Amino acid sequence: MTLTHLQRLEAESIHILREVVAEADKPVMLYSIGKDSAVMLHLAMKAFYPAVPPFPLLHVDTRWKFQDMYRFRDRMVRETGMELLVHTNPEGVDKDINPFTHGSAIHTDVMKTEGLKQALDKYGFDAAFGGARRDEEKSRAKERVFSFRSAQHRWDPKNQRPELWKLYNARKHKGESIRVFPLSNWTELDIWQYIHLENIPIVPLYYAAERPVVERDGTLIMVDDERMPLKPGEVPMKKKVRFRTLGCYPLTGAIESGADTLPAIIQEMLLARSSERQGRMIDHDSAASMEKKKQEGYF
Amino acid sequence: MAHVSDLIGTDIEQYLKAHENKSLLRFITCGSVDDGKSTLIGRLLYDSKMLFEDQLAAVESDSRKYGTQGEAIDFALLVDGLAAEREQGITIDVAYRFFSTDRRKFIVADTPGHEQYTRNMVTGASTADAAILMVDARKGILTQTRRHSYLVKLLGIRHVVVAINKMDLVDYSEQVFARIVDDYREFAARIGIEDVSFIPLSAFRGDNITAPSEAMPWYHGSTLMDYLETVEVDDSRLQHTAFRLPVQWVNRPNLDFRGFAGTIAGGTVSPGQRIRVQPSGRESTVARIVTHGGDLARAVAGQSVTLTLADEIDISRGDMISTVDAPAEVADQFETTIVWMHDEPLLPGRPYLLKIGTRTVTATITDIKYQVNVNTLEHIAAKKLELNAIGVCNLGLDRPIAFDAYRDNRDTGGFTLIDRLSNNTVGAGLLHFALRRAHNIHLQHVDVDKAARSTLKHQKSCVLWFTGLSGAGKSSIANLVEKKLHALGHHTYLLDGDNVRHGLNKDLGFTDADRVENIRRVGEVARLMVDCGLIVLTAFISPFKSERRMARALVDEDEFIEVFVDTPLEVAESRDPKGLYKKARRGELKNFTGIDSPYEAPEAPELRLDASRLSLEAAADAVIATLRLRGIIAD
Repeated sequence: MTLTHLQRLEAESIHILREVVAEADKPVMLYSIGKDSAVMLHLAMKAFYPAVPPFPLLHVDTRWKFQDMYRFRDRMVRETGMELLVHTNPEGVDKDINPFTHGSAIHTDVMKTEGLKQALDKYGFDAAFGGARRDEEKSRAKERVFSFRSAQHRWDPKNQRPELWKLYNARKHKGESIRVFPLSNWTELDIWQYIHLENIPIVPLYYAAERPVVERDGTLIMVDDERMPLKPGEVPMKKKVRFRTLGCYPLTGAIESGADTLPAIIQEMLLARSSERQGRMIDHDSAASMEKKKQEGYF
Repeated sequence: MAHVSDLIGTDIEQYLKAHENKSLLRFITCGSVDDGKSTLIGRLLYDSKMLFEDQLAAVESDSRKYGTQGEAIDFALLVDGLAAEREQGITIDVAYRFFSTDRRKFIVADTPGHEQYTRNMVTGASTADAAILMVDARKGILTQTRRHSYLVKLLGIRHVVVAINKMDLVDYSEQVFARIVDDYREFAARIGIEDVSFIPLSAFRGDNITAPSEAMPWYHGSTLMDYLETVEVDDSRLQHTAFRLPVQWVNRPNLDFRGFAGTIAGGTVSPGQRIRVQPSGRESTVARIVTHGGDLARAVAGQSVTLTLADEIDISRGDMISTVDAPAEVADQFETTIVWMHDEPLLPGRPYLLKIGTRTVTATITDIKYQVNVNTLEHIAAKKLELNAIGVCNLGLDRPIAFDAYRDNRDTGGFTLIDRLSNNTVGAGLLHFALRRAHNIHLQHVDVDKAARSTLKHQKSCVLWFTGLSGAGKSSIANLVEKKLHALGHHTYLLDGDNVRHGLNKDLGFTDADRVENIRRVGEVARLMVDCGLIVLTAFISPFKSERRMARALVDEDEFIEVFVDTPLEVAESRDPKGLYKKARRGELKNFTGIDSPYEAPEAPELRLDASRLSLEAAADAVIATLRLRGIIAD
């Protein structure tokens, strides 16, 4: 019996999840509500069954997620029985940092990067699972599965620990921490195929539906609720759209699509002409921007 | 994307069904900067249509900016990840790439071709099922080809394909190809590579990558992609070996459930099967294979599972569950090959943490038998292993472990070494076999023990470990302490650095490796003397934390009293009782502590003496007071 590629990927991810729980003092799973988080959570349920995964979920809330995402998050917490911690950078709230007035770079830095560091420090987590994949972006391709961070949360790409066989080194000094990426070796297609095969619930926004949108700089922005300021003359129009990736809503563009089932989504993805992160504005900020962000502590 | 299969457009459900059954192959590409390795990987991604338009556009623009191929697309730019590398035109670490065809998903470990090569290639090779060895058709088999082959063989990769690249630059000559094949076969046989294939190709032009080359009608073998799609995956082989489950985590959600979770490292398992827990040797029967989707009737190597057993026996993380018919071996002394991966060299005698499977133990390299010159495969004598060095070493553990020889099972025979102070992964190794002495030497039980001996002397035995710079006053203080103890009627022995070097350790010099061995021997002698019931005083510079920690670990916790004779370098140097500092300053004495060799001060000594302010008498009294306080001698 030859294991299929998804069986091998699943086994590897489960091994990584268990290894962290066995070796870390206080692990946490970063839960961003998107499809990769959905797969990671599903794998955790499998890895520790019949126990509930012995760590909480952490949502670093920028306050700018789609309403559908908040509803979906709360539903998953109920269904899995896991503990959910929500952290929002209080300084960001005080200054009312938002993507409309401050732009994507500042919003992401304050609400995501700083918010994440604050939350990890506040609870004293020494290991945090993230759903990043090596195929997403070039600098991710070199990152270890157990990615070591200094007490200041910095990543040093030139000083990474060798990882051989299935042996991961989780040892660290007080104050230091590790980010762990159980989905390192999955591709976008693997994620979708696995969601399909395992019937994993995902946020409805991934499926095409009639939604109110406005077009800005060639990107379709969904008018999710009253938080979205309309520019003079802008009138939301109803279009059948869906999202390939879910970030903060004004930063994530929708695409026009008729794909309202998983096979149709996969079909659309396979026939697509541009890669998934293109819908996210963070990558366009500057060349090698992800690498720079990661060195500064972005997940 | 790769999935040009017409099914995507016409019958996506059918397509997905077909893709559920794909297998996964991990492979490594080996070659130097100029062999076209990155170009080959870029080409595989390109030819399997794995590139999106925006990625292609980025590469086209990068090609104009940094490219080395003129107007053509520089595929290498697709695979060189970090910003620094793009600017310097080199790769600096192991990068993983992904692509898939209708038959398989592939994970490629791409490792760079310059100085950190051995370390990175060994890392990439550790998880690979197959290796592509790149050879430049113009240059043939080079020293580096032999080095790559040796490493591939060492890491136990069973399938090797020699990709003879740049055939377009030798006019697609069959003679050139045939000559390289002959050369390599001869070499492969010599080092024991069994399954080797040869493919002539041009990564730049795409010859024999996915489609047979029209320029080489004389070649009738498979294309590189055909080879990769059909070569055997290692997991399938492992299913036919003995059952092994290194226990990763004990799952105890409630009192009624006790499951043992782990990834099956070899063989298969079914309920009802008899198992042995190692190293304890207890036996039981598999009750259930529990998964989230329901119990399984059978599980195989490569799967992550949770087992429950029929009997309640004590099992914890790090134990191995094996089949009773063919259990793993259990030992604590091994012959191994070690690949060193850190700037600070491996020193025999220094304790490291060793991680194998799910177990972490303390290991000491007892002997470097020889170092292998990876270019010539010659054996050379070595006292330490530097970064990227490979050595055959004997290794001892602080307790026995269950294992298999690496050549039989990588997951139960491969280990990493971790530095105990920095927590860095500093080396990787392969277990070959247990040393016979591990089987034959058992500790002899004796009736008169340490407690009996020390009670007779009206004292508790201990080690007073004096450490500090040369000239700090260690020997003088230790000498006075011993005099005072003797006067009080205690039984003592003073091990002094200089004296020991005239006898027991006269074969040792002052390199880091010799210093470690010096302290190891002194530590062992001190342990024997503690066992005799004596109060042992040692006066050695003992500059390294690791070795002091090792000496401490040899005796019981309350038996080691570290006395830091803390004299500033200027003070010690101004005293210079033996004239050694002057010599060292003149460069006549190498590796002198404090001058050109470091002194790592103790962080939490049991006693710190500021010898620049205390008189000799006061210092000795402070030591005696400490002994009283700790109940070593009576008040």
